[in-house]
Amino acid sequence: MTLLAVSSLTKRYVSGTRPVTALDDVSLTLDRGQTLGLAGVSGSGKSTLARILLRLMPADGGMVRFEADDWLSLSGRDLRRRRARMQMVFQDVLGAFNPRATVGSVLDDPLRIHSPLKERDRRTEIAALLDRVGLQAALATRSIRDVSGGQRQRVAIARAIATRPSLIVLDEAVSALDVSVRETILRLLVELQQERGIAYLFISHDLAVLRAVSHRIAVMDAGRIVECGPAGDVIERPRSDAARSLVAAVPRLVIRG
Amino acid sequence: MTLLCRMLNLRVTYHRQASAALDLSALDITAGERLAVIGESGSGKTTLARALAGLLPETARCEGEIRWTSEMPPQPGRDLGFVFQDPSSSLNPVLTVGEQVAEGARQHLNLSWSQAFRHARDLVASVGIPDPDSALNAYPHQFSGGQRQRIAIAAALSARPSILVADEITSALDMVVQAQLVALLDELVRQAAMTLIFVTHDIALASGLADRLVILKDGRLVECGATAQVLERPQSDYTRALIASHRTLSSRSLLPGSAE
Repeated sequence: MTLLAVSSLTKRYVSGTRPVTALDDVSLTLDRGQTLGLAGVSGSGKSTLARILLRLMPADGGMVRFEADDWLSLSGRDLRRRRARMQMVFQDVLGAFNPRATVGSVLDDPLRIHSPLKERDRRTEIAALLDRVGLQAALATRSIRDVSGGQRQRVAIARAIATRPSLIVLDEAVSALDVSVRETILRLLVELQQERGIAYLFISHDLAVLRAVSHRIAVMDAGRIVECGPAGDVIERPRSDAARSLVAAVPRLVIRG
Repeated sequence: MTLLCRMLNLRVTYHRQASAALDLSALDITAGERLAVIGESGSGKTTLARALAGLLPETARCEGEIRWTSEMPPQPGRDLGFVFQDPSSSLNPVLTVGEQVAEGARQHLNLSWSQAFRHARDLVASVGIPDPDSALNAYPHQFSGGQRQRIAIAAALSARPSILVADEITSALDMVVQAQLVALLDELVRQAAMTLIFVTHDIALASGLADRLVILKDGRLVECGATAQVLERPQSDYTRALIASHRTLSSRSLLPGSAE
């Protein structure tokens, strides 16, 4: 069942004096409970697409259907209410939080805004959310700056699932993490998807990471989607130059003679 | 094989830190080798690179010794080039590319500015910057992240150092640019027969480039050996875990029911 349908999305801006087409007629669909990996080099348009979907920047043309909504025309109260359904996790985990916030207050904000829970019930819910992402409830009183990078990314995931979304947009969400931490976060994301039927738009320049979590992979190049298919097909039989160079760029464990 | 330097009981503690960031009992570096220093955050890999380069902050306490076989320790900028993780902060935003790349040569190769600029032009061309003549007069912000890192490499090589230290030089860049930069580094180091210290968190990236791997964890040396030996017969559990948690394109999908 289609959850998200993007059609002919276009975005242009001016960099210095040079006009740039950041998104050029981008169309894609994502089914409920599935992961679409979005690959591409820096500047290919991945993050622009994420920001438009999250309504952080306007599009110049095109249409997005998300759940039952004409997503880009929602505004005001309707948009605020519906935002609960589409959440995000970004790469720069410290920059994604108010630096003075505690872990608990980071999780309280979305609950206060989007859930009918009273304060005491919210505290119980925060403890449950922390537990679900593998953190101890006692962490709630700690400053977001005083926890490790991996813990902070777990808090970001807890914040994203707090509003019971049907879609989470993850933009390079594991790229800055150590490999051992990265692996546990990827596993957590897959578990949460199984358990709650959340769909992911998983943006990364690392095809090895996308292979781990994606049902399908779309490859972007210069603002266009140049290839889209089942994850295994795109990686094993890339058809576009952009996909071929991404495949070739993944470092292999080389045992030299 | 000529010894370049020997580190003995090297212990580095940063200001107001209780525990040492680096605590090495012994490590040798051979002249002309490509040594990869691998570790996760907090492993001490950057501290090791900076200690070798003499670039530790003054407030850091450094015990033990780094015994160089040369009479004097290598002078950074002249005998030893250093490429940092983030070229946006290592390059000076208000100096032209030409000034920054020529500077090392002018200082240390006794060249006039015009000679140094010709030298800089050749270096900028050798790191693959298109139209090197106009690049010399441009500023860092006019280039992409990958190109800025190429320029930083050119600047590090300006005085023809015999040692190059590259500290996580690709971790802010996408993988296609990363592959290009590593290929470039490989070629430059080979041409000039330099000693390369390649610091990275990525064991696979290191395996394509290095003769020898040093694995650090929490400031201590976990394992050290020839690349093939460490990968094929890792001696420590930590190295085994590091290899196992590395994802490649042929790693299993985490999705349930995936038939791989």
